[in-house]
This record gives sequence, structure tokens and C-alpha cells, in this order.
Amino acid sequence: MTLSTPTGPAIEVVGLTKAYGDQVVLDGLDLTVPRGTVSALLGPNGAGKTTTVQILSTLLPPDGGLVRVLGHDLLGEPDAVRAGIGVTGQFSAVDDLLTGAENLTLMGDLHHLSRGERSRRTTELVEQLDLADVVGRPASTLSGGTRRRLDLAMTLIGRPRLIFLDEPTTGLDPRSRRVVWGIVRELVASGVTVFLTTQYLEEADQLADRVAVLDGGRLVAEGTPAELKRRVAGGSIRLRFADATALDTAAPVFPGSVRDDRELTLSVPGDGRVSSLRGVLDRLELAAVGVADLSVHTPDLDDVFLALTGQREQEGTLR
Amino acid sequence: MTTLAAATTDTATMLRRRLRHLIRYPSLTISLIGLPVVFLLLFVYVFGGTLGAGLGGGSGGRAEYTDYLLPGILLFTICAAAQGTAISIAMDLNSGIIARFRTMAIARSSVLTGHVLGSTAQTLLGEVVVLGVAVAVGARPTAGPSDWLVAAGLVLLVTLALTWLSVALGLASKSVESASNAPQLLILLPFLSSGFVPTDSLPGWMSWFAEHQPFTPVIEALRHLLYGGPLGSDLAVAVGWCLAAGLLAWAWARTLYARRPVR
Repeated sequence: MTLSTPTGPAIEVVGLTKAYGDQVVLDGLDLTVPRGTVSALLGPNGAGKTTTVQILSTLLPPDGGLVRVLGHDLLGEPDAVRAGIGVTGQFSAVDDLLTGAENLTLMGDLHHLSRGERSRRTTELVEQLDLADVVGRPASTLSGGTRRRLDLAMTLIGRPRLIFLDEPTTGLDPRSRRVVWGIVRELVASGVTVFLTTQYLEEADQLADRVAVLDGGRLVAEGTPAELKRRVAGGSIRLRFADATALDTAAPVFPGSVRDDRELTLSVPGDGRVSSLRGVLDRLELAAVGVADLSVHTPDLDDVFLALTGQREQEGTLR
Repeated sequence: MTTLAAATTDTATMLRRRLRHLIRYPSLTISLIGLPVVFLLLFVYVFGGTLGAGLGGGSGGRAEYTDYLLPGILLFTICAAAQGTAISIAMDLNSGIIARFRTMAIARSSVLTGHVLGSTAQTLLGEVVVLGVAVAVGARPTAGPSDWLVAAGLVLLVTLALTWLSVALGLASKSVESASNAPQLLILLPFLSSGFVPTDSLPGWMSWFAEHQPFTPVIEALRHLLYGGPLGSDLAVAVGWCLAAGLLAWAWARTLYARRPVR
């Protein structure tokens, strides 16, 4: 087997399943994360992103399927997996009653670093993550963005080869988000593998080499951001209607379009060329429906996301 | 590093963390120790005169009751501190830090053992304070050094058993609030024992319960150790209860820790 060699994938998942009682969370997930890359798991709330991270980081036992992390079988050698990974979860897991420095010391001690190595790593990380003015303060007094940076430093102190970031920027302001992105880029430049989950398409687009779109416990698409964008070739033409009646009339005219009842919009797949635009307008006229607003969207991951997850919603298969 | 050495190192790290918490968050320790001190003063000065007269002993009154009360209030102190353990475990679970520990290659036992050792230190501190206050208000134990040593050993054993039990209760709780409620029964139990009044002064069924519940042999053993008198089987029964309850609680806590992985 080539799986356990250092050049094998960082994460290999085949047919992963997980259910809580009747509720199926992961329904046969297949996933491969090559070493030294950033992979993003993208999906709406409740798609199973956090459950996936919890399973891969040994927090939750899977119901079925094969999982190898850093070449080690997840169930057979959990401690070998734990020794190579670092996890920063959705909510910062820092010790509120300790100061920033004490939190880092705690993690250093748990990694059995020598005193010298521990203080060297602490100095490096304080520098790298801009934590100089918070090391002496109790963690409970830190702002959201600072806590997340401290959390990341705690994850990094043991030099993990694979880092899980579960929604690393959820709840952060735009500036803190960019700081975290910068840190992730530096990590990858140093050869670390990053597996992140996000519900922000921009984040996946900015950071990830590969994006997997998770919906209803299965991957509905996988590829580079560019490949995924090509899948919705030409992007879409978005029509907004004045009321639900107009939307109801227009929807059957455009099979394959994505409908949003709350926004009263219809996203019609198609490029921004004049000919396809004219085609849309002709059909609207034929159906005698008025349009309140029309806009042309060049493809971004939003389109991928909507196209892949929205259609399932229409079919009523999305939980 | 061998497995045992690694486990010892990790447990020491976790114990340091827990002790640092106690220093950072002294109000919890103070309120946990304050409760038994208030009860001690309440029972000695408010109820003590009357209750002491009812004991039917030689001197009677407040002074005799203070001595009668001491073993029960020492046990009550352990129960009150156990509540703090459940709360701190639940706080750790809710903060997500335990989830972080579980993703790290550290000795699994170290998280809970560190808590138990730290809480035990906290409880023993409480025992010293309560004992000091009791002596200050007139308690006069007559025990010799060896009896004191056995009594201290019994207190330690009870503390370990009840601390493991409250760790399990904390792990079983859904929230910090329910964790602080769970051990309330523990605080009630000393009152339904021989700790505050002799069991034969209670109504029939309650007297039977008080006579047979585990805290009564512990209190009776402590009473005989501190004030002399025939130990009988009380010490053996007390140690038996502690070992049985402690081992069950330890196994329960370990199972819960293994099974409750996420926040």
C-alpha cells in the first residue's frame, strides 16, 4: 500500500457515514486531501462540515467507512493521528482563566516540549500571530479575533503537519478574517496541510487549492475553484420580480433555473453574451412577465454553491 | 518517554492548570469553604444550646454539641466542595477546551485525574479551615497522633470517592447550571445521618435510612477516631463504602469521558 508513505495523501476518506439516531449526517463521504495543500470543505449550515472535522480529528467515532489521516488508520492508531494534527474549532477552545502566555505554556507542556523549545516556540508564535500585547492578559478579556489568533497559536505550538480549521473566521470582523487568511497562507508556505471548513465562498476561493462542496452529507462537487466555476459555465442571469405571482409565471419558462422565493429572484444559467441575454428577454416577453431588475453574474463560487445546493433544495431532498 | 512517565507528566500539567484556576478564581473556593463555616457557626450558636441539651451527655449544652457536630460538618465540607468540582468540569466541557485536549496525543486519564487531584487539594484546604474554626469555637478533639492520621486518611478517601462522583456528575450534565444542581443531594445527605442529631431521635423510617446510609458509618468512625470510644465495624464499613462508591464513580466518569467527545 502506498497510503502510509509520507508522500501519500494527508487525508483519505472512503464511504464515511455518520448518523445521530434517525438523522443521517454523513451519507457515504469520499474525500482525498493531498499533502501540502489547502482543501476547503464548503457547505451550508447543517451540511455535516463540523461532524466531518470531528471525525477526522478523532473526536467522534465514524459509523462506517475507511479513514486514514497522515497515513494512519483513524480507528486503529488514534494517538498516531493525534500526534500529527492540530485542531482549531468553531469556538475558540482557550482556557479563559489563564493568560495568553499560560495557555501557550499549557499546550507546550502537553506536547512535552523542553523548556527551551517551549519558550522558543512561544516567542516565534507571539511574533508570527501578533500576540505580544495579549500574552499577559487573561484569555477571558480578549476580543473574538484575538482569541482566534491565540487559539491558532495553541494549535501550532506542537508543529502539526495537518491542521483542521473548522470555520476559522466565523464571527470575525473583516479585518481579523484577513489576518487569519494571511496566517493560513504562511502555514501552507511552510509545508503544512490545511483542511478548513467554511460557509464563506470567498474564503474558499481565496485560500483553497481544492474545494469540496458538501450538501446533505455527500460531496456534490469537488475540484479547484477554477474547475468548479467552469461547471457553471457562463455564470447566470439573475431576474428579480415584483411579486410572487410574476415569479410563479416566470419559473416554468426557464427550466434549470434556480429560484429564490424570499428574494423573488430566478437565476438563469447562461453567459453574459448579448445573444443569450436576448433569448432570456424574448422568453420573458412571450410569457408576458415583467421583470423588476436584471443583472448578469460572471461565475464565482456563489453560483457553484447555489447551483449545486439550491437544486437539491428544490427537489426537496435537502434536510 | 514511557507511557507511565508521559501520563505522570500530563497529569502534573493538568494539576498545575487546575491549581492555577483555583488561585485565579478564588471566589469559588471561598464560597465552597464559606458554606460549611456558616453552617458550623449556625449550628453551634443558634441551635447548639438546645440540641446539646438533647444529647443527654454529661456537660450538655453548646460545648458538647460542638464536639458532636465536628465529624458531620467535616463531611459536609467535602460534599460542598464536590459541587465545585462538578461545576469546573462542566465549565471545561462547555468552553471546548476538553475537546481540544481530546484531539491531542496526551494521556487520556490526565484530564480527569488532574481535576480530581486539584479538587482534593481544595477540599483538604477546606477541611483545615473548618477544623480551625471548629476548634476556635470550642471543639476539643481528644485524638492522639495515630488516630488523627487514620482520621485524615479516611477524610482523604471520602474526598477522592466524592470528587470522582462529582466529576462523573459534571460530565453527565448538559450545562454548567445543571452541573451545579446535580450534587445537591450530596449536600442534603449529611443532614439525614448521625452528623447533626443522633439517628434514634429521628422518626422511624427516617431513622432507618439515617442508620444505613453510607455517611453515617463515616461520621461515626470519624467521631470515634477524634473523640475516642469503640470503633466497632464503622471504620471498615466506611472504607468499604468509599472504595465501592469511588470505584463505581471512577468507572462511570471514565466511560462518560470516552463517550462524550464533543462540547
